[in-house]
Amino acid sequence: MSTPIFVGLDIGSSRTKVAVIDAGHQVLGHAVRKSGTDFSATAAACLEESLEMAGSPRDGIASAVSTGYGRANVAFVTTQSKTEIGCLSRYGRDRFHEAITIIDIGGQDNKVIKLDGDGRRASFKMNRKCAAGTGAFLEEMSLRLDIALEAMDGLARQSTEMVKLGSYCTVFSATEVLENIRNGKKVPDIVKGLFYSVVKRVLEMDSHAGRVVMTGGVVAHNPYIVEMAGEMVGRPVVLPEFPQLAGAIGAALYALDETDPIGIRNTIPAGETHG
Amino acid sequence: MAEEKKTTRKKIHAADRMNRIMADYFYGLNEAATTGKRKVAWCTSVGPAELLHALGFAVHFPENHAAMLGATRMSTDLIPEANAIGYSPDICSYLTADIGAYLKGITPLAKAYPGIASVPRPDVLVYNTNQCRDVQDWMAWYSKRLGVPSIGVTSPKNVNDVTDAHIDDVTRQIEALIPTLEGIAGVTLDMDRLREAVALSRECTELWKRVLETAIASPAPLTFFDGTIHMGPAVVLRGTREAIDYYNVLLAELEQRVTDGVGAVDGETSRIYWEGMPVWGRLRQHSELFANLHSAVLASTYCSSWIFPSFDGSDPIRSMAKAYLELFIVRSDRYKEEYIKGMLEKFRIDGIIYHDAKTCPYNSNSRYGLPGRVEAETGVPSLVISGDLNDLRCVSDEQTKTNVEAFIEQIAEGR
Ligand code: SF4
Repeated sequence: MSTPIFVGLDIGSSRTKVAVIDAGHQVLGHAVRKSGTDFSATAAACLEESLEMAGSPRDGIASAVSTGYGRANVAFVTTQSKTEIGCLSRYGRDRFHEAITIIDIGGQDNKVIKLDGDGRRASFKMNRKCAAGTGAFLEEMSLRLDIALEAMDGLARQSTEMVKLGSYCTVFSATEVLENIRNGKKVPDIVKGLFYSVVKRVLEMDSHAGRVVMTGGVVAHNPYIVEMAGEMVGRPVVLPEFPQLAGAIGAALYALDETDPIGIRNTIPAGETHG
Repeated sequence: MAEEKKTTRKKIHAADRMNRIMADYFYGLNEAATTGKRKVAWCTSVGPAELLHALGFAVHFPENHAAMLGATRMSTDLIPEANAIGYSPDICSYLTADIGAYLKGITPLAKAYPGIASVPRPDVLVYNTNQCRDVQDWMAWYSKRLGVPSIGVTSPKNVNDVTDAHIDDVTRQIEALIPTLEGIAGVTLDMDRLREAVALSRECTELWKRVLETAIASPAPLTFFDGTIHMGPAVVLRGTREAIDYYNVLLAELEQRVTDGVGAVDGETSRIYWEGMPVWGRLRQHSELFANLHSAVLASTYCSSWIFPSFDGSDPIRSMAKAYLELFIVRSDRYKEEYIKGMLEKFRIDGIIYHDAKTCPYNSNSRYGLPGRVEAETGVPSLVISGDLNDLRCVSDEQTKTNVEAFIEQIAEGR
């Protein structure tokens, strides 16, 4: 029998993330894809890719847990699904052994989660029904400005005179952006302003006790946001390894928790990867 | 994924009886309005209903009607009708849904009770602002539209301790309503009838309290979601014998459940307090959401708002004034905090959920830091969910679900 591995699948509204870990909590393989419209097919493809990266066969999967918006859409989890908040907390508890505040910027949701020194979840908050400060906000702006998402981090770093956007609302922010373009503001200054708006909105959600850790796809691709957040909270903010996979790793850790690695059970029929 | 077994809350058998008395009530109202045999008064939920009963009015409660619009999910399409005539989407969605329904000439009563064509036309509109100013504006619209007088009580707000001065004030205001109401009813107030109505309200209150307090048991025999439905008679039939008879039956059934160790939710593992309004259009979904997590939402401020310990048949008007003033919603934050703390302890609550209802700030106690203060003092974790009583455009199901699931997970994981 192959070495047991544990799988976490985070099927988010925007991206699907899969992480494969071993019994020693190490990430062996991972994959990220756009969630698209067929969550289960995307999850299956991500699973294949991460298993390949891990060099593990399917029958090595001891347990799998899903999380995220599409958590009910995958057929091959072996234990119940968990919330993203639970998985991010589980991840934080595993990787940091102190009181931390996790700030996760997702495609549609922002989350601020506080863990106490024992790794227990003390509280959490999600953004209200509004895209302010989320990945969706940046995606919308990248479309409006016709700038590739990947180019934003580099552009923001070139800014010399940031443009501040005041509105809470994505649509109003877009209007402000247009106004700034009309007024001849430089694109890097506008992009930095957009980043600032994201950071500000997410930091405004709650207070920030202990060490601050940022996770999610937005910060994975735009580390400048983390630097800005550090400046705003007045101490360095941690950007962990695999920030986009934090929820998936947390799910994999739950899978590990719920499996007895000695008596491995494998209920996954080979080839069964969809709902 | 393994098929999750759906857990639903258990049916309360007395519900059939309740449905019958509610039907009798609506048919009675309809008859009063269509035959003119009795005068019809519209009354806000904690307005002077006992006085209206004593004067022989058939009493319609627009809030009850609005909740029906919410529960039948008609409200979201009706609210824009009221918005279009100038009522903001941000004000009470009971008001906007009810006015919208009137403008469109529709009512859920027609579907539920064949033979009823519309809400009963009022002869008088009576309000008490002890809950909000919106009720007064609501009645004012109908007053103008239908050419019917709107009279009421303007209550003091943010009351910490209910003092004699407060009670004197509201007593005088209730007394001042009497001549107008007598004129419309065409009868003189019979004080004995009023005493009787108040005494009946008192009895109803006591029974309703005992019903809600059966949930002190573990597992709890009823949930908040049952409570929102079974409080119907306490709202619309307060001051009548029918409500009392009904609660005796309901209480016996719930006490039997307690004796038999039967919980409303299978395998109750967490006990939740609900602060704020229900999301009427999502009662079933929310009930299932919690039941599937083996979580019992078993107590609430909302359902307890129909407990009026101060009603006293021997001093009817003054005791009505006192009872209406003691309502949770009229009280100061200091009072509210103490009240909630008491409830958390009494019902041995593991977590409290505050429903921040977009269009009802008065019943949303999560806006001025109260959840944080209560949590700091009690250690009971809290969650605020955004939503609304009637306007489903303000409700995000996925966000609610994720928040609630994460909250129950948090409780299960050792706090
Ligand atoms: S208390 Fe809230 S829901 Fe009730 S009538 Fe007033 S605004 Fe509407």
